[in-house]
Amino acid sequence: MIKDANGLIDYTEALKNQSSSELKLYVSMGTCGIAAGTTPVLNKIYQTIEEKNLKDIIDVVEVGCMGLCHSEPCICLENKETNEKVYYGNLSEEQVVQILEAKFDTELAGAKVLNKTWNTPEDEEISDQIQTRIVLRNSGVINPEKIEDYVMRDGYKALAKALTEMKPAGVVSEIELSGLRGRGGGGFPTGRKWQFAASQDADQKYLICNADEGDPGAFMDRAVLEGDPHSVLEAMVIAGYGIGADKGYIYIRAEYPLAIKRLEIAIAQAEELGFLGENILGSGFNFTIELKYGAGAFVCGEETALIHSIEGKRGEPTFKPPFPAISGLWGKPTIVNNVETFANVAAIIRNGADWFKSIGTEGSPGTKVFALAGKINKVGLVEVPMGTVLRDIIYGLGHGIVDGREFKAVQTGGPSGGCIKADKLDTPIDYESLKALGSMMGSGGMIVMDEDDCMVDIAKFFLDFTLEESCGKCTPCRIGNTRLHELLEDICSGNGTMETIEKLKTLSAAIKDTALCGLGQTSPNPVISTLNNFYDEYMQHVDRKKCPAGVCTKLVSYTINDKCVGCTLCARNCPVSCISGERKELHHIDQSKCIKCGVCYTACKFHAIDRT
Amino acid sequence: MQETNEKTAAMIEHLAAVNKILEKYNCDESKLIPILQEVQEEYKYLSKDVISYVATSLDIPPAKVYGVATFYAHFALEPKGKYVFKLCDGTACHVKKSHSILHALYDRLGLSDDKQTTDDLMFTVETVSCLGACGLAPVMLVNEDVYGQVKPEEAVAIIDDILAKAAAAE
Ligand SMILES: Cc1cc2nc3c(=O)[nH]c(=O)nc-3n(C[C@H](O)[C@H](O)[C@H](O)COP(=O)(O)O)c2cc1C
Ligand code: FES
Repeated sequence: MIKDANGLIDYTEALKNQSSSELKLYVSMGTCGIAAGTTPVLNKIYQTIEEKNLKDIIDVVEVGCMGLCHSEPCICLENKETNEKVYYGNLSEEQVVQILEAKFDTELAGAKVLNKTWNTPEDEEISDQIQTRIVLRNSGVINPEKIEDYVMRDGYKALAKALTEMKPAGVVSEIELSGLRGRGGGGFPTGRKWQFAASQDADQKYLICNADEGDPGAFMDRAVLEGDPHSVLEAMVIAGYGIGADKGYIYIRAEYPLAIKRLEIAIAQAEELGFLGENILGSGFNFTIELKYGAGAFVCGEETALIHSIEGKRGEPTFKPPFPAISGLWGKPTIVNNVETFANVAAIIRNGADWFKSIGTEGSPGTKVFALAGKINKVGLVEVPMGTVLRDIIYGLGHGIVDGREFKAVQTGGPSGGCIKADKLDTPIDYESLKALGSMMGSGGMIVMDEDDCMVDIAKFFLDFTLEESCGKCTPCRIGNTRLHELLEDICSGNGTMETIEKLKTLSAAIKDTALCGLGQTSPNPVISTLNNFYDEYMQHVDRKKCPAGVCTKLVSYTINDKCVGCTLCARNCPVSCISGERKELHHIDQSKCIKCGVCYTACKFHAIDRT
Repeated sequence: MQETNEKTAAMIEHLAAVNKILEKYNCDESKLIPILQEVQEEYKYLSKDVISYVATSLDIPPAKVYGVATFYAHFALEPKGKYVFKLCDGTACHVKKSHSILHALYDRLGLSDDKQTTDDLMFTVETVSCLGACGLAPVMLVNEDVYGQVKPEEAVAIIDDILAKAAAAE
């Protein structure tokens, strides 16, 4: 138990003075790492260290996401003396043994060596790297299940500073001055929101961390919680102190079992050391945190719905105002902030508002974490200063489109966002610029699409999602989106006319204006943005009854031409076994069974499959 | 009479686990969601009997419990198979052609969007929202195990594998 701020300093010093081994080996153990097969690699590492008796020279650190999902399983070897770091990707169990034996001789190991592409402005000189890590500063560097690792990296120092050197009002105003804006999508100034709750006179206030991360294609919050859970806990205690709340909840989706496990461990450790509980660091301030699990409803990410869900009800949103900051959980003033928003707080308190404002743009200070996915070469997590241009993210950090194909669009903002076209790739991104492009920041998912993706289908895909997730409370969302979906279905199946297009436009505008909550108000965005940016593609579906990308199954058919050499590759790949033919003979597709998935088209090496 | 007693006894035994969970949460109505989550973990799904029992114990109308149970996607009102294949239907997986995996699984097991569990309660195939492993799209869960960059034929091979093991065990 650490009793006060001085106790924390002593504790940190003692940890730093512990002798450490010559080499540190970081192993990426986030959900993606594990799914990509890091566990056997890790076991092999332990086994080799045991067998070769390397225990005294190598420390193994199991870390969260390094952001290098494209190259999992990943490790990083660090020489503590020279501070030299080498990242290895796409590792096999055999390569690991070689690396451990050779220590640093990368040639010998034959594994893929990756470049480090980020700086951490708090610890190093700002370099010319595109990535700047504030939120992900510890992710991939510390063992998230060890509070000591966090404390050694200045963890809970901000909390000590806030509790001993600052008044609650000072904390709120520091955040307000920093210009930090909500990373959950809306971009509302965090300090101003805290101010609302702080100025309420109430016997009880609540603080909620929104870890519902429902946007498909977004995994920033998961990475933060898996890689650096204490950064969120520390920020919550600071925020609680600022607004005068002594009870916090983390509402986390049940789809994230690993993040839940690491949060449970982190909360227990923070309680044990006295960063949570009663009389924190001798300040007289009390704060506790409880986990609440989502049960699979996207709309529960919306703050009023989330609050109802914590109260044990159906997660239906209610009209604002009153805003939760005035009347929220059990009718008490409640602040809801996103995971990534919280992950910025400790750094701001440690380094000051001016430091934070020096990064990013004037209107949107700081950084943003993006999850790069889809048809991009280097899928993974990146954190860049606000104002970075899209092209640098997609072509610089993401290394462009898979197989050298043509970039078609990037989707941001999830089901509330839109698709951005190639001619807008030079836009510096922040909250306002993305809105001006008909999309939005959203939570930070960036899904890159190429010529094989049909924009009408993408619009329909998002409406499928909204329909599934609409809570059904208001008519524009429940019925309007159903109609929108039917109209898109008509277009995708060749029954669309100019009238369908006109109806899409008017109905979208009506839903936007009349829906009850953010879900419904933004649900037509994917339709509007694809109509605006890819009108030609809609016209191809309507006029020529063709889907140029070959996605809308009713508008395409696959046939085999006489270039077929009978290699059987297509038949072996067909998921529904509808391709027949003898070896070395022309093959044939049974049209009645074909599901038009296009697998054969992609697989064929002889251009023998026609898509029309 | 004898028969009724046996039935009642069986029912009491069947509901013993629910009682424990209700006790743990002090029959607190605001804990309805965690209660249902734990009940489902115990019984794998929420049967009508269990729903009415929970409602009566919390002193709220069964319709309310039913309303909550149907609102959240995680609650199952029908029993599921021993092996649950959850295919991600998020955006990243969608553009990486997750639907061809779904069709391959449906085709192999004779299932469809309307019938997602095999009659022998061996397999359930369903789509779920983004699993947060978009970097490895398309992603599939089989019970608790995560598979990344899945190909349709690999997904089908997992089923064949399970069936082969089951046959060998018999
Ligand atoms: C339909 C809908 C879904 C949302 N989902 C999330 C979510 O998953 N995570 C999140 O942090 N905010 C989500 N939000 C935004 C929240 O309502 C809220 O604005 C946010 O949590 C505030 O935190 P911030 O100010 O730190 O961004 C959602 C909003 C809507 C309308
Ligand atoms: S879209 Fe499938 S895991 Fe995110």
